[in-house]
Amino acid sequence: MPSTLFQKLWDLHRVAALGNSEQLIYIDRVFLHERTGSLALQGLESRQRRIHRPAQVFCTMDHIVDTHPGRGDETLMPSGTDFILATREAATRAGIKLFDLGDPNQGISHVVAAELGIALPGTTVVCPDSHTCTLGGLGALAWGVGSTEAEHAMATSTLRVSTPKTMRVSFNGELQAGVTAKDLILKLISEYGAAGGAGYAIEFAGPVIEQLPVEARMTLCNMAVEFSAFTGFIAPDETTIRYLSSRAYAPAGTAFEHAAEHWRTLYSDDDASFDAEIAIDCSELATMVTWGTSPEHAIAIDHCIPDPTLETDPKVREGMEKALRYMDVTPGTEAQGIKIDAAFIGSCTNSRLSDLRAAAKFLEGKHVAPGVAAVCVPGSTGVKSAAEAEGLHKIFEAAGFDWRESGCSMCFYAGGETFGPGARVISSTNRNFEGRQGPGTRTHLASPLTVAASACNGFITGASQ
Amino acid sequence: MTPSDKFTVHTGVAAPILRNNVDTDAIIPSREMKRVSREGLGEGLFAGWRYTLPGGREENPDFVLNQSDYASTSILLAGANFGCGSSREHAAWALKDYGIRAIIAPSFGTIFYNNCIRNGLLPIELSEQEISALATAPGRSPTPAQLTIDLPQQRITDANGKVYEFTISAAAKGMLVEGLDEIALTLQRIEDIDAFEQKDAEQRPWVYL
Ligand code: SF4
Repeated sequence: MPSTLFQKLWDLHRVAALGNSEQLIYIDRVFLHERTGSLALQGLESRQRRIHRPAQVFCTMDHIVDTHPGRGDETLMPSGTDFILATREAATRAGIKLFDLGDPNQGISHVVAAELGIALPGTTVVCPDSHTCTLGGLGALAWGVGSTEAEHAMATSTLRVSTPKTMRVSFNGELQAGVTAKDLILKLISEYGAAGGAGYAIEFAGPVIEQLPVEARMTLCNMAVEFSAFTGFIAPDETTIRYLSSRAYAPAGTAFEHAAEHWRTLYSDDDASFDAEIAIDCSELATMVTWGTSPEHAIAIDHCIPDPTLETDPKVREGMEKALRYMDVTPGTEAQGIKIDAAFIGSCTNSRLSDLRAAAKFLEGKHVAPGVAAVCVPGSTGVKSAAEAEGLHKIFEAAGFDWRESGCSMCFYAGGETFGPGARVISSTNRNFEGRQGPGTRTHLASPLTVAASACNGFITGASQ
Repeated sequence: MTPSDKFTVHTGVAAPILRNNVDTDAIIPSREMKRVSREGLGEGLFAGWRYTLPGGREENPDFVLNQSDYASTSILLAGANFGCGSSREHAAWALKDYGIRAIIAPSFGTIFYNNCIRNGLLPIELSEQEISALATAPGRSPTPAQLTIDLPQQRITDANGKVYEFTISAAAKGMLVEGLDEIALTLQRIEDIDAFEQKDAEQRPWVYL
């Protein structure tokens, strides 16, 4: 019988059917970070449970760490140091690999797991972090879990999971210049709603996806969770296999060839059927930006902010009105032209080398507008070093951007750094929730290219304007 | 879970927070997760709406849980996609620490839903119409409606005796009713897991580090 890629991977990882529609699924890799991983490690310890396969568990410091140059264990978030110390101690006692501050491989977990070849095509990867689905860009089946589930995955190398439904989202046509993976995913969410993917494992496919480099595929899959999906992924192909060769934790030599042979079998059969299908024509797709407080509040940059009085669903209308008030934007005005106070390039969505290159290419010879605070935080220490080797840091700095150490930084507010109440930020991150970047801070999501262009103009604008 | 986390029958006051897409950042803002601990998070529950100032503790009188009728709330009536966003289990811990035992919504964020089950919190899916009927049931004034939730029977009874049936997976129900320790349960299958690994390692040796 023809199968979807999801079904193939599910079958490959099924240890046992538990009845009640629950499966015992083998988990190949667990990744932790200091924010929630510390609690999972403590939970195991308090019940005196061992990690089943410590060599397949990894940990990083990303969420709370300071990103200013010359950083140490001190954090801007009050009591953040406790998380760092607790994680360091627990990881050491558990005997798992920790990418600590100062380690050349430190960085945001989802960036590091990919660039080190820890996540591989067809592997199951979990992390107590909702954006674990980023790794679907490599063809991994990767999803976010809670701390208690992470404990389960460590103690047993399995999880008890109810099988999700399958969906395929096909991106057809051809992308126009300057339109990026970020625009694709914002378009999907704006059209089908922030809950449009609820309950589904989503395969992204189609000619546009085949043309995307691996890093862009990760941007797309990163936001599958903003579509409420169980996870999102893309079948591995030769682009993926090339990306993985000579990565630190990926197999090498003949073992790599052997693995690649297996990876080439990981695709949905031609006549496989999905529980749901969506097709998006990308030929007309424009640069996208959000105006509100949900990723579904996204529009083409030259479109007008929608009028809630035209919305028929009263709950959607109420949500729009609340968002308009929080964001202090006016229905009927175009997104482009809205004045900004700050620009942020970073996060597991858009802070890999290709993102920094795209922004730097635009910024070369330009400067951010007066009064705009601009910050660039590379996704990993590895990305930072590679960018510096190409001289990108000099372009960012000359353009007036802060050039930081790696971490989640102002992607979210933990009580430390923020652009401040009322500040309007154009941001390459994934969540524009109320208060996400700080109490009262207003977030407009966009691609790194749009962030760079807007920073230079002082108002929201696409790179081609 | 501890045995006290078992969920069978619960009667309590239900408060409406009906907006859609209430994310886990709203359930507990990151800045309220101050300690490396699962305890004491109830104070930070809905902090952004519940208090007048970020980080402050002066109550916002407009927020439903601050109104005297709802002081003993133990059930939430919620909008679609409740608990979407960040995977933080702190959202479930905060709800539970505050005293919430069940949440009734048209749909839930998947990770949040799983986190509830693992912490003795009952997430119930009902249609939007049923939830608004529960929220506006006559006889709820002056005091808000008490609901009785019977998990073994899978039904909710409102103050007027009207019954609403709900569905829940047998697995989730079993975990809640019996208060099972999932890890202990899975460890009973460790031989299956070892056998799987041996066979799988022949096919995918690169997975095993
Ligand atoms: S960069 Fe932002 S979204 Fe990504 S893991 Fe860090 S906090 Fe979460």
